[in-house]
Amino acid sequence: MSEFWFFLEVLLSGMFAGTMYSLVALGFVLIFKASGVFNFAQGTMVLFAALCFVGFLEMGWPMAIAAIVTVAVMIAWAFAVERLVLRHLVNQAPIILFMATIGIAFFLEGFGELIWGAAVHPLDVGIPNDAWFIGPEGAMMVQQFDLAAAVIAGALVTVLALFFHYTRIGRALRAVADDHQAALSVGIPLNQIWVIVWSVAGFVALVAGIIWGSRLGVQFSLSIIALKALPVLILGGFTSVPGAIVGGLIIGGGEKLAEVFGAPALADLLEWVTGIGMSLGGIEEWFAYVIAMFFLLFRPQGLFGERIIERV
Amino acid sequence: MAEAEILQTFDTQAAAQRSFGEPVLTLENISLGFGGVKAIDDVSFEVRKGEVLAIIGPNGAGKSSMLNCINGFYKPQSGSITFRGRKMPSMDPHFAASNGIARTFQNIALFRGMSTLDNLMTGRVLKMDRGFIWQCLYWGPAQREELENRAYVERVIDFLEIQAIRRTPVGRLPYGLQKRVELGRALAMEPEILLLDEPMAGMNVEEKQDMSRFVLEVNEEFGTTIVLIEHDMGVVMDISDRVVVLDYGRKIADGTPDEVRANQHVIDAYLGVAHD
Repeated sequence: MSEFWFFLEVLLSGMFAGTMYSLVALGFVLIFKASGVFNFAQGTMVLFAALCFVGFLEMGWPMAIAAIVTVAVMIAWAFAVERLVLRHLVNQAPIILFMATIGIAFFLEGFGELIWGAAVHPLDVGIPNDAWFIGPEGAMMVQQFDLAAAVIAGALVTVLALFFHYTRIGRALRAVADDHQAALSVGIPLNQIWVIVWSVAGFVALVAGIIWGSRLGVQFSLSIIALKALPVLILGGFTSVPGAIVGGLIIGGGEKLAEVFGAPALADLLEWVTGIGMSLGGIEEWFAYVIAMFFLLFRPQGLFGERIIERV
Repeated sequence: MAEAEILQTFDTQAAAQRSFGEPVLTLENISLGFGGVKAIDDVSFEVRKGEVLAIIGPNGAGKSSMLNCINGFYKPQSGSITFRGRKMPSMDPHFAASNGIARTFQNIALFRGMSTLDNLMTGRVLKMDRGFIWQCLYWGPAQREELENRAYVERVIDFLEIQAIRRTPVGRLPYGLQKRVELGRALAMEPEILLLDEPMAGMNVEEKQDMSRFVLEVNEEFGTTIVLIEHDMGVVMDISDRVVVLDYGRKIADGTPDEVRANQHVIDAYLGVAHD
């Protein structure tokens, strides 16, 4: 019985970590939905938002003020990106916009370092970091921090999914993603839509930055974590908000299970085949990408992505 | 006068009277080139209130370019467009859309991932002006606004007889229905001028008849001015009040269907000139 609880504990802790990937993936999905572009700068935006937030805190500002000012900074950033970059690239091929986002990413990273320096900043926003023990005789441990992160991610996703489906602006966002020209012809203001979507992506980046930052410290490697969002996106589908969440859960849970249970099983198998005993580790590092690769082979639109139907 | 001739004269007069509305859109000396190619060369014509105006011409005559100038996708290098009392060197797509110019495209441009209903609802974007915050809350005024616009879209759906595909993602629909949904999206904008770029291309006879009927009903019941490009001469002569003929970017004729049919330039353009 305790084995079952241990399995559940591993699975849950993996899934909670997965929701944190989802938070990053969400930012990608938003911009992809609205402009059909993979925004390479999303990871850097997570880092930059966290840097600003922690910087303001260290200046002695109250947390609420720091959060509001950071949101304002991200909105200003959205305006700047639209005015200086996107506006000039209307109707260009997606690959050109993608290259532009790479440029934006490098600029923002340098800009962040210029203002806030390259040091690691510890961040504590008061999310409890204790463990709860549940189940018979406390057989299972749940980190409160992970649970809080999962709840926040879930709430954000619900709100965004509803917004995308039931409001005029949500519809306009999807319309812009589908066809720029058609969107223009019905009078959707492309520029305004881009500002909105980059602002929302900036806000999501802040939430992700705060959660990742209070777990790992605010540091420049945060922008690398964005890479973990890639398999999540491939799994969930680039265009699906709920897909980002489910993808995160599967990747998070899957890689933890693979690490804890898969590695010993694989080691046993290898020993049986080769006769050499060895211990395997680090499956966690690459497991997500292998899952992503299988998805690309068999279901390239992801679990929830819009299937691309081409008529010949 | 022979009886047939009298009838024809009568027809022409009726058509002339019907299209006697004042100009709602005036294009003067429009020229547009891409690199060395002159797509439109010094073309002027006007669109009169309440008429069905067809633009015809052989392939590459500059018909679609003309439509793109009218709704602002292309900026002509010279000439002017007068609309709503404003004389402009070129149109802006947003200005066009928000002042009642709606259009469809030659190669269907629908929001493929979205349902028929959602596609039509995007046509209402400009009619809904509750702010971002209200939209987020989806509460009170924002919700009322959504419902009102939904009701209008339902009327368009009834009109076009597409109730059955309301929830279907449009990417899955057959070609003829996609064309109809695209017309629906334009109608949802409650346009004053409707630009249709080959609304019947690739359709079978039945679908063409349906589409012609919709176009005429829109024109008659809502008084919408219609500018359409079409290759099917039978359809053009049946439904238009006036025809503008382009060839190699120049206007070679402008008049009622009968006048145009009898015009020697038009016959030459379509059938070729005899080399003798």
